[in-house]
Amino acid sequence: MAAAEKQPVTGAGPFNDLLTWIDQRYPLVSTWKQHLSEYYAPKNFNFWYYFGSLAMFVLVIQIVTGIFLTMNYKPDAAQAFASVEYIMREVPWGWWIRYMHSTGASFFFICVYLHMFRAMLYGSYRKPRELLWIFGMLIFLCLMAEGFFGYLLPWGQMSYWGAQVIVNLIDAIPIIGPDLAIWIRGDYVVSDTTLNRFFAYHVIAVPLALLALVAAHLLALHEVGSNNPDGVEIAKKKDPKTGIPLDGVPFHPYYTVKDAFGLVVFLIVFSIVVFFAPEMGGYFLEHNNFIPADPLKTPQHIAPVWYFTPYYSILRAVTEDFMWVLAAGVVGMAGLILWSVKSTARRVTVAAVALVLLAGFYALDPKVWGVALMGLSTMIFFLLPWLDRSPVKSIRYKGPITKAALALFVIAFIVLGYLGTLTVTEARTLAAQVGTAVYFLFFFLMPWYSKIDKCLPEPERVTSK
Amino acid sequence: MKAFIALLVLAAPLALAAEDPVRLDHAPIDPRDVASLQAGARSFVNYCMNCHSAGMMRYHKLLDLGLTEQQVKDNLIFTGDKIGELMNVAMTKKEAKEWFGTPPPDLSVIARVRGADWLYTYMRSFYRDPESATGWNNMVFERVAMPHVLWTLSGQQVQVERKFRNLEQAEAFGRQQRNAWKIEVLTPDQAGKDAERYILKTITTATPGALSQRDYDILVGDLVNFMTWMAEPNLLARKQIGYAVILVLLVLLVLSYLLYKEFWKDVH
Repeated sequence: MAAAEKQPVTGAGPFNDLLTWIDQRYPLVSTWKQHLSEYYAPKNFNFWYYFGSLAMFVLVIQIVTGIFLTMNYKPDAAQAFASVEYIMREVPWGWWIRYMHSTGASFFFICVYLHMFRAMLYGSYRKPRELLWIFGMLIFLCLMAEGFFGYLLPWGQMSYWGAQVIVNLIDAIPIIGPDLAIWIRGDYVVSDTTLNRFFAYHVIAVPLALLALVAAHLLALHEVGSNNPDGVEIAKKKDPKTGIPLDGVPFHPYYTVKDAFGLVVFLIVFSIVVFFAPEMGGYFLEHNNFIPADPLKTPQHIAPVWYFTPYYSILRAVTEDFMWVLAAGVVGMAGLILWSVKSTARRVTVAAVALVLLAGFYALDPKVWGVALMGLSTMIFFLLPWLDRSPVKSIRYKGPITKAALALFVIAFIVLGYLGTLTVTEARTLAAQVGTAVYFLFFFLMPWYSKIDKCLPEPERVTSK
Repeated sequence: MKAFIALLVLAAPLALAAEDPVRLDHAPIDPRDVASLQAGARSFVNYCMNCHSAGMMRYHKLLDLGLTEQQVKDNLIFTGDKIGELMNVAMTKKEAKEWFGTPPPDLSVIARVRGADWLYTYMRSFYRDPESATGWNNMVFERVAMPHVLWTLSGQQVQVERKFRNLEQAEAFGRQQRNAWKIEVLTPDQAGKDAERYILKTITTATPGALSQRDYDILVGDLVNFMTWMAEPNLLARKQIGYAVILVLLVLLVLSYLLYKEFWKDVH
């Protein structure tokens, strides 16, 4: 719209002239309307809908506290550990900044896991929100990279050996693995070089990607509109006169004030941890990470931070014995797909893939498949929009099989997470293997159970509380 | 590939390694007890800092314990360091390695690694062991490289073994001990059938030191109190500020809730 045609801004009192001046040169009013005052969100959001905005708030905490930490942190193997203690002891309010950052890392994952679980509950990844979900998943991957790189920086024993173990996993990739691992580390072991480059990734590369992805995630959301606990589209029932969804309320002020309330609740929980239990019993800050990194002393027990432990458990669950279970799984899946699809070309493809996998199980070491399965366990969420064939979106109207499957998945995720913090015993490995099987069956069988499940009819409009 | 095997080797045998069976004593620490912290600081610079540094602590921070600069200079700095300097030791890492086999760790944040109870039990669990290089061993930390620096105060302890038929009796006896105790369990093969399989290991004082056992426990308690304070000198301030922050947030909670309800009262 040409500047001359725009209406002057009203309602901003003494700022009317200034805002009009800006609006004639920048899409100020239209952006405000499109994303806030005239973005209509369903009115029936519940508890689960707080975590998106909270995750964004934690991102802000991390960036702001991160900026202040970099002012005193030294990314140098000889100085890193002491510089963190310098921040904790001698920088005014340094302990507060540092604890907010370390606690914020864990809370970021708490918010994102709950946000993702919300999407799984209410089918928020279903058409037309597939791309929105994919952006979200990319954010999740960036966040894991951010957490991993950042955890090396305090240069404690767990920082060092955790990074050592994870980068060494890349070694297991056939052919290119060993060179790739050296390329990532910049050295044959985790060293000063590694610390420097992880610092660069942590403070600039990944945060830039994160911010861009968050922007894309929000734009995609505002393009397709928010889902809601009933999983019905509010855009289908509009007021014939105004064109506004009957079940929508403007995001601002309705959800800005509601999220502000949620934010205060969050800040209370967050502050309790920051001020009274920043170590969280060794889960947020591990005890052994207060020992400076020593490349010559391998700790007895290397455990990743809690938010990585489910995947770490899956890695450890893939032992020699488990390969039979994997092979049986591949045969079963291939049989199921062959029985379900009609086209010959697809059948041949599936059979070929299954044979290649079986040959691979036989030819390559179980550790390779452990790494592959760990990678798959984080990536498989990408496929959810296409795995879910249910006629309804929301768990409220889904049938008993889907409900049971989701419940089992959550239990498996938590059990795997807990096992990942512990040392290995025979019984624990068995439990992790059962958990791993449940974890993947939830996804792989979804196209079938979500289709045959007896769902309830969806309501015409959202059901208000 | 090798790295992965190394990873499994690292992770797997931990299940087999016997878990530390020593029952830790509860450390009587109180970060508000300034007299105890001062006494602990004195013991720390007198005994620990001959070998161990506290390289993340500045002497100046000791003023937080209610001491004046002059008091710190006169009583707590023996190295000729200035009060603004870090609490380091003269011994180099290379020398330390030569003398002890392993350099004594920096103790600035050791309380956050081990915990106060571990340190308190450890410092009271040395015993004479003619087979070790230093002549000392420790109930909590088997074959530790550190000699018993405080032995002139505590006296010399020796390890005593008592055999029991069942675990309950052994534990009941152990609980009566003032010092650390642990129970080793023999398999029936080792001990023979119906034999006394439970060996309770304790320590007992063979020759008394300059302090009574009670006074020695107090000295170690003060030392551990100081080390715990030193690991996070801002702990008390952190909690005090925490209460204020939560209080403000509770007020905000009420206001933001009322605002939310006010805006939403028309939405049905």
